[in-house]
Amino acid sequence: MKKTIRFKLNGKPETLEIDRDRMLLWVLRTDFELTGTKYGCGEGFCGACTVLVNNEAVRSCQLPAAEIDGKEVITIEGLAADGKLHALQEAFVEHDALQCGFCTPGMILTAYSLLLKNPKPTRKDIIEGLEENLCRCGAHTRIVQAIQTAAQNMKGALRR
Amino acid sequence: MKKADYQRMDFYDIGSLGQSLPLSRREFIKLMGGGIVILFSVGDPSWLEAQRGRGQPLPDDFNAFLRIGEDGRVTCFTGKIEMGQGIITSLAMMLADELEVPLESVDMVMGDTDLCPWDAGTWGSMSTRFFGPPLRAAAAEARAVLVELAAEHLKTPPSELTVEAGVIYDKSQRQKKVSYAQLIKGKKIARRLDRQKALEKPSDFTIVGTPALRRDAVEKVTGKAKFAGDLREADMLYARILRPPAHGARLISVGTSGVKTIDGARVAQDEEMIAVLHEDPELADQALKQIKAQWEKPEAKVDETSIFDHLLKVAPAGETVSEGGNLAEGEKASKTVIEKTYLDGYVAHAPIETHTALAKIEGGKLTIWASTQSPFGVKDEVASALGFPAQDVRVITPFVGGGFGGKGSSGQAVEAAKLAKLAGRPVQVAWTRAEEFFYDTFRPAAVVKIKAGVTDSGAISLWDYGVYYAGERGSQHFYDIPHHRTVTYGSGWRGQPGSHPFATGPWRAPANNTNTFARESHIDILAAAAGMDPLEFRLKNLKDARMIRVLKAAGEKFGWTPAKAPSGRGYGIACGIDSGTYVAHMSEVEVNRKTGHVQVKRAVCAQDMGLSINPEGATIQMEGCITMGLGYALAEDIHFKGGEILDLNFDTYEIPRFSWLPRIETVLVEDRNATPQGGGEPAIICMGAVVANAIFDAAGVRVFQLPMTPKRVKQALG
Repeated sequence: MKKTIRFKLNGKPETLEIDRDRMLLWVLRTDFELTGTKYGCGEGFCGACTVLVNNEAVRSCQLPAAEIDGKEVITIEGLAADGKLHALQEAFVEHDALQCGFCTPGMILTAYSLLLKNPKPTRKDIIEGLEENLCRCGAHTRIVQAIQTAAQNMKGALRR
Repeated sequence: MKKADYQRMDFYDIGSLGQSLPLSRREFIKLMGGGIVILFSVGDPSWLEAQRGRGQPLPDDFNAFLRIGEDGRVTCFTGKIEMGQGIITSLAMMLADELEVPLESVDMVMGDTDLCPWDAGTWGSMSTRFFGPPLRAAAAEARAVLVELAAEHLKTPPSELTVEAGVIYDKSQRQKKVSYAQLIKGKKIARRLDRQKALEKPSDFTIVGTPALRRDAVEKVTGKAKFAGDLREADMLYARILRPPAHGARLISVGTSGVKTIDGARVAQDEEMIAVLHEDPELADQALKQIKAQWEKPEAKVDETSIFDHLLKVAPAGETVSEGGNLAEGEKASKTVIEKTYLDGYVAHAPIETHTALAKIEGGKLTIWASTQSPFGVKDEVASALGFPAQDVRVITPFVGGGFGGKGSSGQAVEAAKLAKLAGRPVQVAWTRAEEFFYDTFRPAAVVKIKAGVTDSGAISLWDYGVYYAGERGSQHFYDIPHHRTVTYGSGWRGQPGSHPFATGPWRAPANNTNTFARESHIDILAAAAGMDPLEFRLKNLKDARMIRVLKAAGEKFGWTPAKAPSGRGYGIACGIDSGTYVAHMSEVEVNRKTGHVQVKRAVCAQDMGLSINPEGATIQMEGCITMGLGYALAEDIHFKGGEILDLNFDTYEIPRFSWLPRIETVLVEDRNATPQGGGEPAIICMGAVVANAIFDAAGVRVFQLPMTPKRVKQALG
């Protein structure tokens, strides 16, 4: 079942030969050395492997790579444009919304997809939107604040 | 600082000093090139004692250093590691302040056993308390050397000089100035710090005590921060290792011929360890599934329900850790005597980054990049497991994705090293989530039995406290009680053989979570028996001024008004001491009587940690403690049958989520003139008790076992 897939990765067109079932997480981490996408649980429970596929937050450990054919993938490495941090990244820095930083890429990309659908989320919306992302250090309260700040700073315009 | 305050200047040539040092140190100093190097020993007696307690020989030369390079940049080399607790920022702040340089000019090199001085490990909230003072002293020494050089350069006596942001000025003629970088250019100076330097007064601090953002944040929000699993070496292989279904299981037979069906997979065996290696991590995983293994599991004798009876049965004789007065007299003086037993289950560390290591052998040198809280421990462990000379083993610690005590033990590093040796290629071992749960060194299940009495005037008259298997930390009460005794049974976190069916170990504020849950629950019971408000009752029975101060600070922030529990408001209170730091918590909860679900709505914490180096970092640690602590208070409990761990992932093992989040309010009750104390652990110790007491206040029922799951709360509601 050899197959060539074509997709956009962080804005750049890419092709990949796939000859077996492979999960997107490992394709990103090994073939493309985009290691900002993390393995946390391998079964879609923790959200550390979250990436954007056509702007939708997905668990890359559960997504067969073949399914990104013709789609656009954005990882944490692709969020800052022209060397400038994205408003969400800036807000995470400004609020110290991280400790060990291992869950952070997944948190930011999940928030990105949330803000795309709901540019003015309430605190409750943010909590619901991030419910399936786990953080062990307990940075939750600052993550919520950071997303609120980012939403305000972006004023609905989700630059990337 | 006056000239008389520091020792006579002896400028050593780097080379001559180096001769008396061990090879690696000499090489290191050569590598350092020009600049000023200050070598110092971390000599605080309690720090030394803590190190000795771990059976480690102390290096006799020096065990820390800092360097100011010819470009004026300052580098601190420390065996401590960064796992989210924020010392990459706070240690740099202490250094920058003492040396009077901008924070941006300080670089931290952490957890590299070739570059950094020996260190036992990053735990016990010790980094700031015990590493901080000598680090500051070394910085003061470096500044003294620089002032001395400047005096010569500017032909001005040192007393006439002042330092600002790495530039030394003549106080009366500010145009007469010279920068650190200019002074150091072309020089090689090594100093050994032999005694404590006169330090900056807290009132002179410009950086310490001022909130600072994390220095590693940008790397971490852009995905650039490297954790052990993110490193790539040419030709590296990914390993998957055959694991038993239960601790204590015996391998009966194994067939590895199926591995051949996976192209490029190979089997590697080192005594009992059977692994498969592949260039692709997913194919390594598939190859592992081709191994046919038969195991004999030992009979499961205990589970999460029967473990407590088992522990009481096998407990060794107790050790009295403190006592006073006479228990019989205390009982006589009591109007009411209440006896209760408190239980606490096994809790996992569950960092989001699983234990990971990459090992490479090249030119007789073994290099390991490991997620560990103890790089020097890994170095020794790996050297002895492989029969490798220790000086040829280098452990490098990248960013660590959470530790909480669980990454003091680092079996994955030994596995990676053995496999790299067998394969002749670099090998990465990254535990799966199931392996992480299986090999975790859980917080031990424990039992606390308390018999205590109160007089008719509300004074605690008797306190007889016995703790089984949790450990001693936090077991001693701090109330003013005339007749009391504290006994620990099976102290230490590991237990004697035959006690726990799997490994146990230190977990963020080890022992103190269990002890504080039991003590502060029981104090509340006595308050209710005395018909008193639980805050008033505590204040009445306390003489410790620091504890009184944090309790009052918490009460003020929370807006506590006196009422006898249960008041129906759902207010809880608890206090404790950990790592030299005092904490007082107040919480408000809502109990769903139908489901037993408990929602913590507000969480207030007041903390006295002496001088707070980075108030922002300290606050973050308090918030993290509160949030993480909700897990062991309400949900976290390892399910098992004998040595078989039934929790394999986060579907059955629940950790706190966003929806659990209370409104968190923190107060730093600062004492800028007091020594800095621990900050990474104290605020977690009260979480069991403060929630238990709030549940009682809301619903009039008490839960005596952690975690207080909906099922247990419902049972208590009857």
